[in-house]
Amino acid sequence: MGAEPAPPVSRDGALLDMRDVEVAYGAGVLALQGVSLHVRPGEIVALIGANGAGKTTLLKTIAGLVAPRSGEIRFAGRPIGDLEAPDRVRLGVALVPEGRRLFSRLTVAENLTLGTFTNAEAAHRREMLDRVYTLFPVLRERARQRAGTLSGGEGQMLAIARALMSRPRFLMLDEPSLGIMPRLVDAILEALARLHRAEGLAMFLVEQNVPAALELATRGYVLQTGRVVLEGTSRDLLGSELVRKAYLGM
Amino acid sequence: MTLLLQAIVNGLEMGFLYALVAVGLTIIWGLMEMINFAHGEFLMLGMFGAWWASVAFGLDPLLSIVPVGLAMYALGVLVYRQLMRRVQRGDPFTQIFATVGLLFLLQNSAVAVFTSDYRYLSDTLLTRLSGANVNLLGITIGVPLLIGALLALVLFLALYLLIDRTEFGLALRATAEDREAAMLVGIRPQKMFAVAWGLGAALVAVAGAILANFFAVFPQVGFPFTVLAYAIVALGGFGSILGTLLAALLVGVVQSVTTVYLPPAFKDAFVFASYIVIGLCRPQGLFGRF
Repeated sequence: MGAEPAPPVSRDGALLDMRDVEVAYGAGVLALQGVSLHVRPGEIVALIGANGAGKTTLLKTIAGLVAPRSGEIRFAGRPIGDLEAPDRVRLGVALVPEGRRLFSRLTVAENLTLGTFTNAEAAHRREMLDRVYTLFPVLRERARQRAGTLSGGEGQMLAIARALMSRPRFLMLDEPSLGIMPRLVDAILEALARLHRAEGLAMFLVEQNVPAALELATRGYVLQTGRVVLEGTSRDLLGSELVRKAYLGM
Repeated sequence: MTLLLQAIVNGLEMGFLYALVAVGLTIIWGLMEMINFAHGEFLMLGMFGAWWASVAFGLDPLLSIVPVGLAMYALGVLVYRQLMRRVQRGDPFTQIFATVGLLFLLQNSAVAVFTSDYRYLSDTLLTRLSGANVNLLGITIGVPLLIGALLALVLFLALYLLIDRTEFGLALRATAEDREAAMLVGIRPQKMFAVAWGLGAALVAVAGAILANFFAVFPQVGFPFTVLAYAIVALGGFGSILGTLLAALLVGVVQSVTTVYLPPAFKDAFVFASYIVIGLCRPQGLFGRF
């Protein structure tokens, strides 16, 4: 392949840095083809794409649930491609997975307790619990209820809260508004915005609701059939013909 | 009437021991959804462990449950890491074949080492008490079986607390429900599965060590217990630990009561008949969830 090209200036100090990542499913079907992207500390970045474009695969690859065939993933400058998912959690990588994936037979409080599995120290746990209950007060009321009995919106709040319990440095969210009533979608996106303002937590957001995603994010990538076809600031993307036609219906 | 009450009490005593026999399978099969047909062979190894400790070192089975439990915990972990982890992601049939293979391996190894002779423990704490009885309202309760049953109950409750009340138990139940989600909070599922196999093997082996006071020890002793344990776990509601206890007590009582009124050959027939009846009325088991 020859010498590696020098990385673009904007990647210096990136929190997450993916280069030429390829993921294959089954008999050589490529889910991701040479994906390169990065997220800087304190940045919210949106990932846009149609169903089947590979967004979920991309997030799972970063989280360590899917092994790439080739390419490099660095987190805070350190290659993490060989680390298993639980070890990436310990480094500060958190994923709120598609479909929430709550432990439905356990209570809300137990789900949150497991969120601090990597750091079970009592003081840390209390502090984190306080923070997520402040962010989503309804979870405190539901603490003793089984997670499986929550509504879609409350369940999504719990999924986000559980991920936050590990005190991540990088939070990935896979379709947090899917199947949730609009009023609660606003509440969730508003909570994420508050979280970002308060702590500068870096986020990588996959969202069907493209205008809302690009409003929250400063930059974005457009993924089509496993390739990044467009990247830029939210304003550029909102102004681009591709995004307007394919995702905004204009 | 007294005869019936007597049979019920006897059945309850055996039921506590059955609960300890079955609860390892509750963890492996009911909770973690893996198959183990060598469950009874772990029990057989526990019996031989107790017999050997008694013959070679004069260690009473009530004490040898400690080394037997530890050794069998290690064996359970080893079985998971070296065998079951490789077949875990595949077709359930591969798990069946793998554990049936393990069944024959362990059983035939026991034949090779100990021969197929029946062996009996004598001069243990419990066998020496064999004449001792407690009389209560006309019912005679044999002291040895009572001690064995109480010991089984204590161990069973300890396991219940471990699974239901500790953070480790929480992580185990979370892994059982959703491996990927468990990994996303930092749990290592393979470690959880290994511990589950270790606990499962240790508990049934300890039950075996206690049972060695009352039953003959021989290499083929395990399989009937495997079948009984599967029935108990399914009856109790897969993965429900207290359900396992109640189902085991029910099985003990059904066995014991049928033996009073019918030839002993019928006792397991009625156990499995009650299993079918309850299965038809409550397919999720007595305490199951869907």
